[in-house]
Amino acid sequence: METQAFQKIYTKITNITKATCSLNATGVGNEEMAFVHGRKAQVVKIQGEDVTLQVFAGTEGIPTNAEVVFTGKPPTLKVSDELAGRFFDAYGDPMDGGPAIEGEERETGGPSVNPVRRMQPSDYIATGIAGIDLNNSLVTGQKIPFFADPDQPFNQVMATVALRAEADKIILGGMGLTNDDYLYFKNVFDNAGALDRIISFVNTTDNPPVERLLVPDMALAAAEYFAHDKGQKVLVLLTDMTLYSDALSIVSNRMDQIPSKDSMPGSLYSDLAKIYEKAVQFPEGGSITIIAVTTLSGGDITHAVPDNTGYITEGQLFLRKDSDIGKVIVDPFRSLSRLKQLVIGKQTREDHPQVMNAAIRLFADAANAKTKLENGFDLSDYDERAMDFAKSYSDALLAIDVNIDTTQMLETAWGLFDKHFTKAEVAIRQSLTEKYWPEGKK
Amino acid sequence: MKANDKKTNGVVTGIIANLVVVKVDGPVAQNEICYIKLDKSNLMAEVIKITGDKTFVQVFESTRGLKPGAEVEFQGHMLEVTLGPGIVSKNYDGLQNDLDKMDSTFLVRGEYTFPLDKEREWDFEPIAKAGEKVTAGAWLGAVMENRIKHKIMVPFKMADQYTVKSVVKAGKYKIEDTIAVIEDKNGKTFDINMIQKWPVKQAITAFKEKPRPFKVMETGIRAIDSLNPITEGGTGFIPGPFGCGKTVLQHALAKQADADLIIVTACGERANEVVEIFTEFPELVDPRTGDKLYDRTTIVCNTSNMPVAAREASVYTGMTLAEYYRAQGLKVLLLADSTSRWAQALREMSNRLEELPGQDAFPMDLSATIANFYSRAGFVYLNNGETGAITFIGTVSPAGGNLKEPVTESTAKAARCFYALNQERADSKRYPAIDPLDSYSKYLEYPEAQDYLKANVGENWVEKIMEAKNLLLRGKEAKEQINILGDDGVPIDYHIRFWHSELVDFVILQQDAFDEIDSSSSMERQTIMMDKVLNVCHTEFDFESFEEVTPFFKEVINSFRQMNYSEFKSDKYYSFEKEVEAKLSERRTA
Repeated sequence: METQAFQKIYTKITNITKATCSLNATGVGNEEMAFVHGRKAQVVKIQGEDVTLQVFAGTEGIPTNAEVVFTGKPPTLKVSDELAGRFFDAYGDPMDGGPAIEGEERETGGPSVNPVRRMQPSDYIATGIAGIDLNNSLVTGQKIPFFADPDQPFNQVMATVALRAEADKIILGGMGLTNDDYLYFKNVFDNAGALDRIISFVNTTDNPPVERLLVPDMALAAAEYFAHDKGQKVLVLLTDMTLYSDALSIVSNRMDQIPSKDSMPGSLYSDLAKIYEKAVQFPEGGSITIIAVTTLSGGDITHAVPDNTGYITEGQLFLRKDSDIGKVIVDPFRSLSRLKQLVIGKQTREDHPQVMNAAIRLFADAANAKTKLENGFDLSDYDERAMDFAKSYSDALLAIDVNIDTTQMLETAWGLFDKHFTKAEVAIRQSLTEKYWPEGKK
Repeated sequence: MKANDKKTNGVVTGIIANLVVVKVDGPVAQNEICYIKLDKSNLMAEVIKITGDKTFVQVFESTRGLKPGAEVEFQGHMLEVTLGPGIVSKNYDGLQNDLDKMDSTFLVRGEYTFPLDKEREWDFEPIAKAGEKVTAGAWLGAVMENRIKHKIMVPFKMADQYTVKSVVKAGKYKIEDTIAVIEDKNGKTFDINMIQKWPVKQAITAFKEKPRPFKVMETGIRAIDSLNPITEGGTGFIPGPFGCGKTVLQHALAKQADADLIIVTACGERANEVVEIFTEFPELVDPRTGDKLYDRTTIVCNTSNMPVAAREASVYTGMTLAEYYRAQGLKVLLLADSTSRWAQALREMSNRLEELPGQDAFPMDLSATIANFYSRAGFVYLNNGETGAITFIGTVSPAGGNLKEPVTESTAKAARCFYALNQERADSKRYPAIDPLDSYSKYLEYPEAQDYLKANVGENWVEKIMEAKNLLLRGKEAKEQINILGDDGVPIDYHIRFWHSELVDFVILQQDAFDEIDSSSSMERQTIMMDKVLNVCHTEFDFESFEEVTPFFKEVINSFRQMNYSEFKSDKYYSFEKEVEAKLSERRTA
């Protein structure tokens, strides 16, 4: 810790909890950073001269006569092109042994973009994964999480999407990432030769949980620098936002706030929105796209974290294991990309929207047939055909190991329609059926 | 509001997020506005609690860097909006700042912009004549604001009766020019220009009477018009879990509803959704007038990342603007997406004030606050005999999609129409996902609304609506029986009953909001389709076994849907109509 001249040093802490401490101090600004016993802390409450600080690394071992120094500044990050290819901790300090970053010091968690200065997201992101491209197409400037149980391969899918998305920069914000997962990301990006495009801010499970609260702001401050100042396409990966929320609830609990649903703070919606709403398409071409992970417990999406997230983000992606084909698929029922309407049938082929809807409707028919079968009823001919269709659809399109371009996905879907159904059963607008139904071409 | 003219000042003594404690040197009023000095900017705040000389204010901005000792200046008035010509087509934030006047990409703390245009000239036409007796809200003259005839009124704050001394001649005037002089009974004269101010948390009541609403408002959405119609001046709410199409439905209403002015309040929702309106509405054409949709739309937006306290203000700002236009004899549709975010803003503040919480940590008076807000909508007879209306439709975002939560329950008590969005329908892509059985419109029970429908839509329209609803219910029951007993365990009749409900569902309820033609359906078209569908349900068909039922109805539905996708009364439309006819004749019992 470096102290500067003229800085007042306080040495009398009056109150200590597990995550906060209080002292008498004057001239302190709200949300100002400070050092308590050499640990980074932030002002969270001021009542007259009584100042409460949140100590990120926890208060273990802090004595009442510890040195407290206020920096006079909100949390900041030094930004410049030097950030590329580097790994940082939650405070923005290098953890890869490299030198400190030289650059302009910027406030993190800064103001929002004026809505009238935003542009409507409009660039299709092709990932090659049909479960995403065909049914839940992503668009630059979008924010979307994976809702997944902890055992699902969301980090792998996220890394695949990141690498195929052709972003200028990929910024990884790791919160409570296990060391193994951190190394996994590092290896995947390294093997793809993409390390110079990657910037990482990582809080691993080895680090104190409250530190996580700094990670999204750090990652997004860097993202804003590249997207706004440099006009680049930036993809931000945030994993895992449930662990971030847990840290929020720890702090609010220590501050004696009345918890709302699922012991989360009442401000959870606003707290999460502040992060996710940093996703933006700038008129000058730069963009920030956020792909996050929200882990669920036992698939429960009514828990406060996924629930509030769902209201903020522009859709959500669900992964599920399809026992019929033994592969992980992107669940077409529960997944949704709200921005797909902006690009499908416009930047992709005209039949995309109707093919997507018809396939999902037929897939739903198959699910109903399956229920019927399980209940011991006879299946009609249509039911049988729907179930056959569902199997091929899952295997050829929904599985996460698919990697084909969007037109191929549509052709594949038409092929499956032709194989299993009549035109009336598929019920797509006639003008499209005439043009794309495969039998005419045979 | 206070007897003393001297401004009250204070200093900041405490800061907890955006709740700031101020020690004051004079009188302050509840809900009074004050400015806190921080560096070179002034942060706007509102008084929400007073204990002794400690005044608690909620700041409409981030308080980062604010220190105890900062100076505070109280303004002597509550949060007000500025009313006058130039509101239509504007993009405001929750405090009515004109967002387009802010130059930087990022919002600058403490930057406040004037909501109207002082330099713009308006073509003024006088209405009132010298010697007329007038009261607050009386029309003195009018200017054309796009297609809207914008009345210049006696300011709502003027409580007495006045005599018009003079009104200026027709001509071009700016909003600050005097357009009339009026005199009170003591001979004191007042110069009236085109601007007036009004506190947002008080309702504008410059009207004679507020009867029960009875005129049905056309929305072009079949699931509303043909099943649960809403009235001009009516209230409705749309609760639903995320991903069920609340926002798509609200946007469809904003695009198609038969109203003079649409005010969209984006309250704590996604910025990209507002951007969608910014981008699309200037391009889209209003089918009724041929003008751009933007010419009749005003946006008040406090997106989820904008300061929380201003979120609460945004719904009131929207409502007050709506009341101002209603007083001009216009039909206004006010949409708020989402009122749950507003309730959450109330909760955050109540929490910081350390009030004892009610259910789910919401403030105890939540229900009263919501009811009070919904009651500001309505159909009115103005003092001059003209009518005006505010139709209000709010969305609710229930936590976990569970309708048994305080915001949904409180809203259900206040709103007369309920459009429940159903997760299952959304999952199977049956959009709009309005549940036909759970949803209701209380207006269908109003005799005056029934009379209106009889006279304007069709003699038996209400009966037809009821029949369609009944078909849906019977279909659902039949489906349950089929699921329990199996396809061949029930009489064929059950299958037919189920497919009747599917017919109503697919042809009437479901509508493609993204299809150019299907997205909006005229009332004439809706009545024709309803007749056709009911007609099929009244017809006897020959089926050998249940296996024939499904393919037959699927084909019929498919042809009906092609009709929905074809331009009304075009050749294609008639050819699909013939196709339906042909399919029906094949099986019709002789």
